[in-house]
Amino acid sequence: MNKLSKENYIFDIEPDKYIDLEGYRAMGGFSALKKALENEPSVSIEEIKKSGLRGRGGAAFPTGIKLEMVRKNEETKRYIVCNADEGEPGTFKDRFIMRHLPYQLIEGIAIAAYMVGASKGYIYVRHEYPEVQLKLRESLEALKNAGLLGNNIMGTGFSLDLHIFSGAGSYLCGEETALLSSIEGRKGRPRVKPPYPTQSGLWGKPTLINNVETLANIPRIIEKGADWYASLGTENSSGTKLISLSGDVNNRGIAEVPFGITFAEIIEQFGGGPLPRRSVKAVNIGGASGVLVPPEMLDTPLDYNKCAEVGITIGSGAIFVLDDTRSIIKNVQNRVKFFLHESCGKCTPCREGLRQIDGIVEDFLEEKAAKSDIESLERYAVTMQQASFCGLGQAAGNSLVSSLVHYRKEYEEACVNDTDDVEKKA
Amino acid sequence: MGITNIYNIIEPKDMNKNALLQILLSVQDADPRNYVSEENINQIAQMLNVSRSRVYTTASFYSEISLKPRGFHLIRVCSNAPCENDGKAEILKTIEKTLGITIGETTKDEFFTLESVNCLGACYMSPAIKIDDQVYGNLTPKETIGILKNIMEADKHE
Ligand SMILES: Cc1cc2nc3c(=O)[nH]c(=O)nc-3n(C[C@H](O)[C@H](O)[C@H](O)COP(=O)(O)O)c2cc1C
Ligand code: SF4
Ligand code: FES
Repeated sequence: MNKLSKENYIFDIEPDKYIDLEGYRAMGGFSALKKALENEPSVSIEEIKKSGLRGRGGAAFPTGIKLEMVRKNEETKRYIVCNADEGEPGTFKDRFIMRHLPYQLIEGIAIAAYMVGASKGYIYVRHEYPEVQLKLRESLEALKNAGLLGNNIMGTGFSLDLHIFSGAGSYLCGEETALLSSIEGRKGRPRVKPPYPTQSGLWGKPTLINNVETLANIPRIIEKGADWYASLGTENSSGTKLISLSGDVNNRGIAEVPFGITFAEIIEQFGGGPLPRRSVKAVNIGGASGVLVPPEMLDTPLDYNKCAEVGITIGSGAIFVLDDTRSIIKNVQNRVKFFLHESCGKCTPCREGLRQIDGIVEDFLEEKAAKSDIESLERYAVTMQQASFCGLGQAAGNSLVSSLVHYRKEYEEACVNDTDDVEKKA
Repeated sequence: MGITNIYNIIEPKDMNKNALLQILLSVQDADPRNYVSEENINQIAQMLNVSRSRVYTTASFYSEISLKPRGFHLIRVCSNAPCENDGKAEILKTIEKTLGITIGETTKDEFFTLESVNCLGACYMSPAIKIDDQVYGNLTPKETIGILKNIMEADKHE
């Protein structure tokens, strides 16, 4: 169950191999688009719904339902946006797709655009990936020349005008509503939801916004069918997931795994386990917004529901391994500083919470903290989770909170000896 | 950079206020000092028929846009956990010592600006840095010095 045979890969590619348009067509590329265009959009939407595909950008929202919401909107001017802002630290799977298999992504975008009835779209790529932007621009040109993009695609009357839009170094712009503001030429600050982008997105029009990996799954689902796709994963988590594996393991890189595999298996089979004479201390799952998971919990399967039950957020699928030489508090501090830098400062819980937490974490590292500071950390972090305006602030405390649950001892040991006595604080 | 130059890099049909961020990035890319000058801010505002503060607010929100002149080469050191755990501090120290500048500063000869950056999507080869458009990974201090020296050599011959 946890082994994927080669014919079942969604991303059939060896690392570092670039597949050009000719190569992609030789693999059967653009036959899915052809198939989709021969049918009513609703046929493909049904297929995606049945496949159980869920968003790979972090929130795991069912993609078929999102497609349907845009499709059913009364407003007929609609947009499609591909979220290629990949900013979650520890995540590099979208970069991998765009560098090695850009045509599969664009085919997915074209099919999705047809399904929702969008004739204009953007791929929002972060500015830190210039070589990816270049590759995508070249790919769009090649497709236009081949009649697979632009006006009257494959002579069907369907047209899609697709552009690359560059981000400019804001992690927050990966959040869908901030991203839309950014395309509109404004500051990338999040908007109130609802209305959701499916109702009122780019310039107030219904907009489909999906992650790179989500969209790149679509051609394979249309080509091989929803049943095949669903058979690859578990009951509520279909298909495969790209994992960005980094940290203290023997092999790092991208792995494509079927849902249902355990985290321990991923670390052993793909990562080759921890380095010699070391052991796993913690695994950070889901990037800076994710949690720190102790070794005892690594038998949890990669499955949206099972992970949620034990408090693991799969997020973008980043797995970052920390071995027994690492300090948990220092790693938490790194994330706090990251969020402090990326917070837009619009709401108080996030802005002030992070500032306070940063100071207290510093105290722990300088051995100036008291036992009561552990509770303060908890209080601030939970307030941020509950009261922040957008997903950035809501997730910024995740790794801290999980570290206080699983690695509390490390905080207690870092406290000045005579504990609760605040007077004695240096 | 003058107003005619802006028209050289951006087609008139793309000159609308929705494209503001892309215009700012193009103007910055075209400037050898990697920044958007106050003069350019004013010109862009005029050309798009929007207020200067609108242009300024957008420009200052994004960390990849600089309103101060920078060096000809931008060195970015990734500061996230996978790179930090793998010796980012040492790499940073090596660069600081070799060039005599710290994060946010530009060398006197205006060749290099040092900045920190969020995850470069190169965590499988941490610690990673980016110089201009090129990512370098699995770095050691010795290799880092070599890379900097090579760039300085190449510049001499230009
Ligand atoms: C702070 C923040 C950053 C995000 N960054 C990204 C990102 O870089 N890429 C991405 O696809 N989604 C990101 N998301 C999630 C998007 O808001 C959105 O859920 C996603 O693009 C929807 O696509 P999907 O349904 O295909 O996952 C981010 C969310 C938040 C709150
Ligand atoms: S949670 Fe943070 S990033 Fe989000 S709106 Fe509030 S201050 Fe801005
Ligand atoms: S954390 Fe440094 S490249 Fe990802």
